[in-house]
Amino acid sequence: MFIEIKKLTKIYNNYLAVNEINFLIEKNRTVGLLGPNGCGKTTTIGMILGLVSPTNGEIFIENKNINSFKRDEILKRFNFASPYVELPKKLTVKQNLEIYGRLYGIKNLDFRINEISSDLDIKNFFKRKTGELSSGQKNRVSLAKALINKPEILLLDEPTASLDPDIGDFIRSYIQEYKTKNKVTILLASHNMAEVERLCNSIIMMKKGEILDSGTCEELIKKHGRNNLEETFLKLARS
Amino acid sequence: MNFSKIYALGLRHIYLIMNSFPRVLDLIYWPTVQIFLWGFISKFFTLNSEYYSNTVGVILTAAILYDFLFRASISFNMMFLEEIWSRNFTNLFIAPIKIREIIAALTLTAIIRTLIGLVPAVLIAIPLFGVSVLKLGVPLIFLLLALYFFGITLGLLVTSGLLRYGPSFENIAWASLFFLAPLGCIYYPIEILPTYLQYIANILPLVHIFEEMRNILMTSNAEYSNILKAILISLIYFVFGVVVFYVSYFGAKKRGTLINMGE
Repeated sequence: MFIEIKKLTKIYNNYLAVNEINFLIEKNRTVGLLGPNGCGKTTTIGMILGLVSPTNGEIFIENKNINSFKRDEILKRFNFASPYVELPKKLTVKQNLEIYGRLYGIKNLDFRINEISSDLDIKNFFKRKTGELSSGQKNRVSLAKALINKPEILLLDEPTASLDPDIGDFIRSYIQEYKTKNKVTILLASHNMAEVERLCNSIIMMKKGEILDSGTCEELIKKHGRNNLEETFLKLARS
Repeated sequence: MNFSKIYALGLRHIYLIMNSFPRVLDLIYWPTVQIFLWGFISKFFTLNSEYYSNTVGVILTAAILYDFLFRASISFNMMFLEEIWSRNFTNLFIAPIKIREIIAALTLTAIIRTLIGLVPAVLIAIPLFGVSVLKLGVPLIFLLLALYFFGITLGLLVTSGLLRYGPSFENIAWASLFFLAPLGCIYYPIEILPTYLQYIANILPLVHIFEEMRNILMTSNAEYSNILKAILISLIYFVFGVVVFYVSYFGAKKRGTLINMGE
């Protein structure tokens, strides 16, 4: 198993954000993390990324406890993108990619920047400051940063939130194409059911810090007797 | 330590300065104003005070050294705050860079910001007031070293507060140095302070640095034992600052503040 989460728990002061969750992610699979706001998705992602220390529980990568890896050793295998996390606004797109490419120790950095920029169609605003870009452009740059190191494990937190349908579809298509061409394991937190249905091999449904259910999209819809994932989500969220 | 990663993080701040002329102007403006202000005060005291009558520029030299300390500390704080203001905090802390490399990058890049601000001001002081800090000779290097380590220490303590309390701690960043200034005996000898404050002042490196600066300018002799003492005290504070930073970092991980730190 590539990623294994065992009894992962996070308590902030007296608030139970994540309560003894367990799940497995197989290598090169995409797993969707669904749940209403405040259900613990971002905290779970934060714990996997090492930004939040768990109160209890363990995270294993390839059967090895994540704490046994050196910080920089494990983080170079990861990357993350979220519309709520930005790149330095006063730096140009190219400067930002250069800085992060160097931080991730990318060899042939110019080639990689060119490659990822062509793929995500961001070359025409390379010299513009990141803060001057539209939401859609920023999102693509953020994704370029998240893929600059060709991560083995990619964590995406609502990657298409607040995007117009056209740009949202571009991002989804790109992720879909990227994961077929590259060996990448993705954990995708999203509120967009169509996105999750399109991109994910399986789904984990969370509520109030706990996992309510998990399985493939079809399994969950069938199990809860609904017509689609959105209805299934609503049933579980309101239960 | 991976120096290419330290360089990468330094480059992020160099690009930031290079991309904005107003930013460069802002860096130069305040030290220059300080030099003008203290230059005229210094000139007045030189002409009217018995204590300073034979030593031109003691106050101005003190002002320049104090500004060096101030700029070093503020530069460190500003670079850290830039990550918070630009909401880049999460990206930085999930990058494969060690915490000690982040500290090293900020420490080394702070010197560039400090020098951009201070060098023009120092050069202006030579023709305008006939005062050059270079008159301190070789000991100047060691005095600056002690000041730099202490300035960075204050930066580390403030950024630790930012990690612990979030951006609301920002105001403390600006106030931190003014709080210590009275005890630093920058413009006056330590004997001016009440006895109980002298005890506190003596455990700060500033007193030893500025006392030695006055000693060199007035007697043209350097007491290297005092300089060494100042450097050692600064280094002890620096190590303390690094420890506090690590404690705050692990505390922030526990509280989950790293994931949603922003404006």
